[in-house]
Amino acid sequence: MMRKTTLGVTAMGAVLALALAACGGGPTATPSQSGAAPAGGGAKAAFNAALTQVYNPSDKKGGIMKFANAGDWDSLDPADTYYGYSWNFIRLYGRALVMFKPAPGKESSELVPDLAETLGVPSDDAKTWTYKLRAGVKFEDGTPITSKDVKYGVMRSFDKEVFPDGYTYFNDTLDWPKDYKGPYKSKGVNVDSAISTPDDQTIVFHLKQPYSGFDYFAQLPATIPVPEAKDTGAKYREHVISSGPYKFDKNDIGKGFNLVRNDQWDPATDPNRKALPDGYDVRTNVNADDIDNRVLSGDLHVDIAGTGAQPATLGRVLTDPNLKANTDNPTITRLWYTSINGNVKPLDNLDCRKAVEYAADKVAYQTAYGGEFSGGQIATSLLPPGIPGHADINPYPSGPDNHGDVTKAKEHLTACGQPNGFETNISYRAERPKEKATAEALQQSLAKVGIKLTLKPFPQADYFALYAGKPGYAKDNKLGLAINGWGADWPDGYGFLQQIVDSRVIRETGGSSNISVRDPEVDKLLDQASLETDTAKREPIWAQIDQKVMDNAFILPGLWAKSLLLRGKGVTNVFVSDATGMYDYLNMGLE
Amino acid sequence: MATYIIRRLIWGVFMLAIVSVITFAIFFLVPRLAGATSESLATRYVGRTASAEQVKVAAEKLGFNDPLVVQYGRFAKGLVAGAEYDYGPGVEHCPAPCFGYSFLTRLPVWPDLLNRLPVTISLSLGAAVIWLIGGVATGVISALRRGSFFDRAAMTIALGGVSLPIFFTGIVSLVVFSYGRPFALAAPGGSFTPFFDNPVMWAYNLTLPWITLAFLYAAGYARLTRSGMLETMNEDYIRTARAKGLAERTVVFKHGLRGALTPILTIFGLDLGLLMGGAVLTESTFSLPGIGKYAIDAITNQDLPKVMGVTLVAAFFVVLANLVVDLLYAVVDPRVRLT
Repeated sequence: MMRKTTLGVTAMGAVLALALAACGGGPTATPSQSGAAPAGGGAKAAFNAALTQVYNPSDKKGGIMKFANAGDWDSLDPADTYYGYSWNFIRLYGRALVMFKPAPGKESSELVPDLAETLGVPSDDAKTWTYKLRAGVKFEDGTPITSKDVKYGVMRSFDKEVFPDGYTYFNDTLDWPKDYKGPYKSKGVNVDSAISTPDDQTIVFHLKQPYSGFDYFAQLPATIPVPEAKDTGAKYREHVISSGPYKFDKNDIGKGFNLVRNDQWDPATDPNRKALPDGYDVRTNVNADDIDNRVLSGDLHVDIAGTGAQPATLGRVLTDPNLKANTDNPTITRLWYTSINGNVKPLDNLDCRKAVEYAADKVAYQTAYGGEFSGGQIATSLLPPGIPGHADINPYPSGPDNHGDVTKAKEHLTACGQPNGFETNISYRAERPKEKATAEALQQSLAKVGIKLTLKPFPQADYFALYAGKPGYAKDNKLGLAINGWGADWPDGYGFLQQIVDSRVIRETGGSSNISVRDPEVDKLLDQASLETDTAKREPIWAQIDQKVMDNAFILPGLWAKSLLLRGKGVTNVFVSDATGMYDYLNMGLE
Repeated sequence: MATYIIRRLIWGVFMLAIVSVITFAIFFLVPRLAGATSESLATRYVGRTASAEQVKVAAEKLGFNDPLVVQYGRFAKGLVAGAEYDYGPGVEHCPAPCFGYSFLTRLPVWPDLLNRLPVTISLSLGAAVIWLIGGVATGVISALRRGSFFDRAAMTIALGGVSLPIFFTGIVSLVVFSYGRPFALAAPGGSFTPFFDNPVMWAYNLTLPWITLAFLYAAGYARLTRSGMLETMNEDYIRTARAKGLAERTVVFKHGLRGALTPILTIFGLDLGLLMGGAVLTESTFSLPGIGKYAIDAITNQDLPKVMGVTLVAAFFVVLANLVVDLLYAVVDPRVRLT
């Protein structure tokens, strides 16, 4: 997903939140609906007050919430959107089969049924997943929603020529007919082999391979129902037919849009949504600094991108206790890291790779990305704390002050037959100054043990396709290290790890995010986890994979990314969701 | 006169064609010279996890596999004859002038540009009125009261105006007059009230951008007018006018200012033409959804059809402004004859 996603809960944040919960207590009523923002929140402004509890809980209705976006949506169409904030916001006008629980902290990583009555029911081999739809749910025009509308929504998302922005999970995993190209080009083709609808309330997904985490797919916007009669293909984004509590009033793409209440939405069918404001006013392509200033002054309620304050704002906010008290600093499920390529000599030797792990100055890494608040928390392994299954491990402690352990690094250099160090290249994306700063920081810290790095910038558009991610090029050009980063589409071990540690995703033609991890044992563990439908048994496997990749030193973890979010004035039910790494937009209201 | 205008219009069309070729080359030819392939260009417009096959399909759909001449020809053909666009369930006709469809929003570029034109025109014309009146008046008074406190103060402020960039004066004015103020000037980012919807709100919301933009330009015009007036007022024909017993007001405005106006008119035409093509910094600072903001967003996203469209619109205004200025020369300066 094109956004840093989930946050994790730091130990410090949890302690602070507990202290706040003890002295907190909101001035207004606690939420009444199950699954929605729980009781126990507070209205006292404090740093990280909305990290693990609901800040300013309320059930008060009314008002227009004002959002602004420094960029623009890839698309408002559920079949064509791949931004984290879009998946967060889309729940206001669309109901997928399943959703992440709108609750703070760890609970927000739990899946709960939305349009479906329950989570998916898998067959014994996890190749078939069945969902029953709730009764009485309607589109904005009053037409009842059936399983066929959900099926059509997923079918149309197949056509990546018309909807190029979306993900390909359904394309890749469902058992589509051979040569199927979506409902526009393969009109009338029977797709029951992939999705069947035995009746109007039941939908069954048929997978090519068993997959235990299919409920994560079912929460994707593509399962939001689309009425075939109203589908206008690429133009559907101009007016998406609502199945949620709000519908589009005006939509001026590139400038903004308004949502108003959908009178066909029945709260009795929806235990997750409060629908507090009377509407939403969303402006797009607004100056990013202007957004920060307007949120701080109360002119705007939410910076919808959810990527955190701009550098100009950070200095101002962090040095003013009053402003800082209205911010939250979540750790999100994004890892900034450096790939250590075992295909490039002498990094084919485990001890040489370990020398890199020990010599790296983690504080300099953090500084390169913007420091503690906007850069991230120093990472000691792959899995961010917000991913279920995360275990606190630190196989390569980088000294007492995190500036690198020179002694240990030299020991491993000697063990790998390079006591005086060696030379290799480090690649980074030329358009990313933080990656350049990281490469320079590593160049300096590794030089202390004699490892000489030469910086190699490449254009980011072709970084994986032609350069660092193309095995032949990387080997021939001695790209021993490659600055890299990865964020999960949702807080799940498979979603986070598979694309960066599965050796089978590496293609000779390039394009893979996995540049360095080639370990058959890791591949086996991934397969084992994808067959395991029992969450309690599945999650420890992610920790095993994390440990294994670290033991082989294929990845130098840098930071678990963080962002500094600004809490809007007068906004109620504010909390950070682990699922998106930003404020949960679903049940916010106004004082 | 008619022959002159026709000749200039033909030359203007030729200029626009050259601009379009250069812009096309910058965004299509240069990346290819740097090693980009059809597929690598297409990866910018598909999802992060798109497979190689999907990227190929996107490259084909966007026409990147065709020779550059064919791609440019398709663009030029769209301008004069329109184009067809497959949106999934059907095919839509994009009437001429069709600048194509955005690679990212899949919306036709021309209606988008027309949609933003009122913002830029409102901003540019409003600011132009302020800076022209303010700048010229200040320049005239300064020239007539050379060395006075007013002259020194006005020229100092003018120096500040030309020295301070919009993104500084704009942000300062927003902090002072907008953020958190009960009667905040300037609409919240991204909103604009069209003149015909509500003229009062239109003017109210544009006041701050107008003043900020006008401050930058007025300063230059004041200095230009002052120096022009000082030079003109020392001309022999001014002395003659006074000797004839004309009123000082007539001498200053009818004879002095008119003579000093020619260079101001030249600069004004070019400035206004450039601004019509997008007041990039002002629109970005105040988040006004005009042509300038559109251009910035298009370039940031490398959305070529948008870049081509906005470049041609900007070039059109510059060409038009030059023509209008040349025509006005004949009106302002009796010595000029258009042939």
